[in-house]
Amino acid sequence: MSRRLTRLSGLEPLVLTPDLNFVNVGERTNVTGSARFRNLIKEERFEEAVEVARQQVENGAQIIDVNMDEGLIDSEAAMVRFLNLIASEPDIARVPVMIDSSKWSVIEAGLRCLQGKGVVNSISLKEGEEAFLEHARTIQRYGAAAVVMAFDEDGQADTLERKVAICSRAHALLTQQVGFPPEDIIFDPNIFAIATGIEEHDNYAVDFIEAARELKKRFPESHVSGGLSNVSFSFRGNNTVREAIHSVFLYHAIAAGMDMGIVNAGSLAIYDDLDSELREAVEDVVLNRRKDATERLLALAERFKDNKGETKVENKAWREKPVAERLSHALVHGIDQYVVEDTEEARQQSARPLDVIEGPLMSGMNVVGDLFGAGKMFLPQVVKSARVMKKAVAHLIPYIEEEKARTGDAGKSNGKIVLATVKGDVHDIGKNIVGVVLRCNNFEVIDLGVMVPAQKILETARAENADLIGLSGLITPSLEEMSQVAREMQRQDFRTPLLIGGATTSRAHTALRIEPHYEAGTVWVKDASRAVGVAQSLVSQEAVADFLDKIRSEYADVRERHRSRGAGKKLVTLQQARDNAWTRDWTAYDPPAPKQPGVHVFDDYDLTELRPYIDWTPFFQAWELAGRFPAILDDEIVGAQARELYDDAQAMLDRLIAEKWLRARAVIGFWPAQRIGDDVEVDTGADIPTTLHFLRQQADKPVERPNLCLADFVAPADAGKQDWIGAFAVTAGLGIEEHVARFEAAHDDYSSILLKALADRLAEAFAERMHQRVRTEFWGHAANEQLDNEALIAENYHGIRPAPGYPACPDHTEKTTLFELLDVTARTGIELTEGFAMYPAAAVSGWYFAHPDSQYFVVGNLTREQVADYARRKGWNQAEAERWLAANLAYEPD
Amino acid sequence: MTDHALPWLHPDRAEKLETALDTRILLLDGAMGTMLQGHTLDESGYRGARFAHGCDGHHDHAHDESCTRELKGNNDLLSLSQPDIIRDIHAAYLDAGADLVETNTFNATRISQSDYRMEALVHELNAEGARLARAACAAAERKDPSRPRFAVGVLGPTSRTASISPDVNDPGFRNVSFEELVDNYTEAVDGLIEGGADLIMVETVFDTLNAKAALFAIDAEFRRRGGRLPLMISGTITDKSGRTLSGQTPEAFYIALAHARPLSIGFNCALGADELRPHVQSLASLADCRISAHPNAGLPNAFGEYDETPEQMARTLGGFAADGLLDIVGGCCGTSPEHIAAIAAAVRGHAPRSRAREAA
Repeated sequence: MSRRLTRLSGLEPLVLTPDLNFVNVGERTNVTGSARFRNLIKEERFEEAVEVARQQVENGAQIIDVNMDEGLIDSEAAMVRFLNLIASEPDIARVPVMIDSSKWSVIEAGLRCLQGKGVVNSISLKEGEEAFLEHARTIQRYGAAAVVMAFDEDGQADTLERKVAICSRAHALLTQQVGFPPEDIIFDPNIFAIATGIEEHDNYAVDFIEAARELKKRFPESHVSGGLSNVSFSFRGNNTVREAIHSVFLYHAIAAGMDMGIVNAGSLAIYDDLDSELREAVEDVVLNRRKDATERLLALAERFKDNKGETKVENKAWREKPVAERLSHALVHGIDQYVVEDTEEARQQSARPLDVIEGPLMSGMNVVGDLFGAGKMFLPQVVKSARVMKKAVAHLIPYIEEEKARTGDAGKSNGKIVLATVKGDVHDIGKNIVGVVLRCNNFEVIDLGVMVPAQKILETARAENADLIGLSGLITPSLEEMSQVAREMQRQDFRTPLLIGGATTSRAHTALRIEPHYEAGTVWVKDASRAVGVAQSLVSQEAVADFLDKIRSEYADVRERHRSRGAGKKLVTLQQARDNAWTRDWTAYDPPAPKQPGVHVFDDYDLTELRPYIDWTPFFQAWELAGRFPAILDDEIVGAQARELYDDAQAMLDRLIAEKWLRARAVIGFWPAQRIGDDVEVDTGADIPTTLHFLRQQADKPVERPNLCLADFVAPADAGKQDWIGAFAVTAGLGIEEHVARFEAAHDDYSSILLKALADRLAEAFAERMHQRVRTEFWGHAANEQLDNEALIAENYHGIRPAPGYPACPDHTEKTTLFELLDVTARTGIELTEGFAMYPAAAVSGWYFAHPDSQYFVVGNLTREQVADYARRKGWNQAEAERWLAANLAYEPD
Repeated sequence: MTDHALPWLHPDRAEKLETALDTRILLLDGAMGTMLQGHTLDESGYRGARFAHGCDGHHDHAHDESCTRELKGNNDLLSLSQPDIIRDIHAAYLDAGADLVETNTFNATRISQSDYRMEALVHELNAEGARLARAACAAAERKDPSRPRFAVGVLGPTSRTASISPDVNDPGFRNVSFEELVDNYTEAVDGLIEGGADLIMVETVFDTLNAKAALFAIDAEFRRRGGRLPLMISGTITDKSGRTLSGQTPEAFYIALAHARPLSIGFNCALGADELRPHVQSLASLADCRISAHPNAGLPNAFGEYDETPEQMARTLGGFAADGLLDIVGGCCGTSPEHIAAIAAAVRGHAPRSRAREAA
């Protein structure tokens, strides 16, 4: 049987696999070891104490040790408070906690706060076997590992023999008497101070190291740990020497079998980096190699006395940024340490205190909302962000009040809103954010909390004379409850506008299932950032009537559209549609033959050539910045952000081109082709031609507007003319994974997304450039065209390049034929997934049509008749056809 | 650590369960709530005869505002006020092929019942819920003795979270303590065992600390009784983040609860089978116990309805089974006996994960 691994967890797992070698346990959140932390706890400065924990994790602590054992501290209360606080900090809570106390009541209080599997530090035989085993059983019931100290009824073990004997006895008791998993046992054979000048202490380090060796040999599944800072205690005040001792001690202890240690993760010197003279002297002391080792090290220590220059590794780069970015950073990362000073700085730079809220704070919260919506932040982080926001707002409130007093606007709020998460639902983060945002905008918010019955909401609204009622919910039964509340409001004759929000709510649901039940006005609010605009419109005497009229007609439209979709729009029969096909006098048209027929492959295409072809508007859309390029860069609202993003994008483009992060490849080809009904037959030179299948519009159209099908743009067999068709596949995403992984490893989602967005743009640019070259060189049907990029984007050219899966040819499965025709995968490395998506994602493929009047169009809804006809042509059954054409069905399939 | 474990409370049933799990993938039932919606009960329907007169007709007590509190929506109360409906739902799932039926006790804890001022009924709700499920199983076994059926005593998450603050201004605040949850769960599990539950399932775990409290209470109750029942644990991955509501990854979740030595661990609710798959896979790659999944019938549509058909859901879960991910499978929100029957057909013939692993 393979060795059982120790598994611990915070929000994320920590599995002690052999390749981890050594696990760092952060020691700075220990009141007995850190004077700074002790003072923070004593003075109840818990926010700063939490920062100490964050720094440790940032510095590489894989577990954090928390100790509150101090006479003047209520240790139990402090342990609970601190653990609850760090539980709300995902970048701390991701690691397991080691609850460190000599008092059992403190340990148990701590265990009741840990959702993950932590470590108890420690239990021992000090008070006899019975207490020891009872503690072990209790630890098992909470689900934790345990540090077992080498301490028995006779005291702490200080020799090799006693260390090994006590630990072995403890191991036997634990595994045999209570079934404690051996992998959850962590021995602490006591690290004592060396170089104290007392001879009995000289061999302490050696005793520990040898005990570690013996214990690991006897109990390979268990672990050996210790508190590292003790060993160098006699060199307090000389950090260089202390770190050298730590480094040398660890070097030898780890080699012997020590695989965990309570250390200051931020300041571990690297053994090989130590000054060789110092290392030699320290090694003499640690390994007890000569009688005069201590004196020699003492003499040498003076030379290495440091200038108080403790190395700080924490990442403070964001503190150098402009204040708006700092606020945004603090919001997104939920760091409230500097928020008051930053808010103050922003206030001093702003005309009105409210500008700080409406500007940097709101835009920071928008970022948070987007990240949350995209699943890139999870709940605890959003809560943290809201907290930072509230602190900032709290700082601003007095100034806002003062300004109100000065301007005579005497403390009158914008309006009063009752907010509640409806009965049956416990989710309130979104609602809380809406509350925060509305408060920031001078609304009085009465938040009734979660699981609020309809009657309580209505009673409160009436008692408080509320201007608005806001309902929130995340789980789906809440939708029905919201509808119930609306009915109840109607029955009780309410006139208060109703706001609906929450992740599962939608405009369609609100329009169909809520708004019709309540006459006084119901508005769906997409997210917190829109809440303010809606609320302001609803409380404004001037705007409310128009606003509600607009909403009502919008929702009536939604209902109408839904009804008409259900009933099915008027479609013509397939025969009628074919009779109204697009047609030309083929005798008057000579299809141009490609100048360079056959298949052409382009490897490692020059990205510099593609760069000017980038269409930037969709790039900004991808980042949810609305507006056309380049006007967006000077947009009043998003201009600054757009510009920043654009600058970042340009900088990354420079690098990715210079450093060859991405490789672009393409394949194109042209073949003789003829139209056969709604299909196109392609002559590849093989015995049997390849057939491409297309779909035809069935909307009821006047004669002058034909029912289009892409096949129409190819000359039919009986026209007596040789026509052609082309195909292409391009990618600019080869090699992207490595760089995406690199960014993701650095927790740099921004760069990772930026890179993917740029690769997409380059692929589109590549498709545009290839099409241009096809028109002017390879097919050459528009050899004289002279167009700039704007004209290209506006598609002011002859010929089209529609892509399978897109509106003119919505069947994605046709990509298979395209890939076979061009042998795309072998020639470019682009693969087709089973869902007919292309990988790398930054890829484009499609057909080339050269006819000067060929155009893009939307196939739209299809009747059962055409789907059956298409299924027959494709060799599918009806169900398969309906599956692949699901989005285009004008009917409910059986 | 079986040598240190308590004996089974019902050794014959535990043995039958183990044997069945070694041979095939077992079917858990589907949604209770969805089935109840079909009955469109009004307030008087929820009250039934026993609570018709404003309060509990079985007990003399001082009348206060709690007597007139709305009870509609208190599904767990139906075990007492409309036991026939609950029994029929169990029977419908057993007929559809379920091997395990879940008791109607998802909200039968003091914390959850306080919304209805029905705290005094918690023990009875659990005992009666277990009795109804056990009786339905016994009836099904009489009808078709070839397969044993099991009543799974359900412990829900409660409406509070022990590791998330409800107050954004004070992240250190908690509106429920571990001890309070232990007390809640002790009362509930005592009722479930008394009513004859064959297994206990801690389900829809969105805060792992709540689940740890449940396991702590269950362990104490088992020790008090000198015997234990097989234990199922099922967490909930709330959204695209791939984590529980309290922020844990599937692996961290399993590690935090493995000390209870459960019979099975898995996920239910919040996601459809498709979205759940990677998370079940994470568990399957790590856990040394059996694996369960009872997803929703897809993700809710714009109207909050679950519209994945039995066939769609069965196709996806059949894929889980074919890949050797499953030992126990069923449905959560939006699923019906039709879903369970379709899933049963889809997983039939596929080896349970434990056997699939042996073969590998």
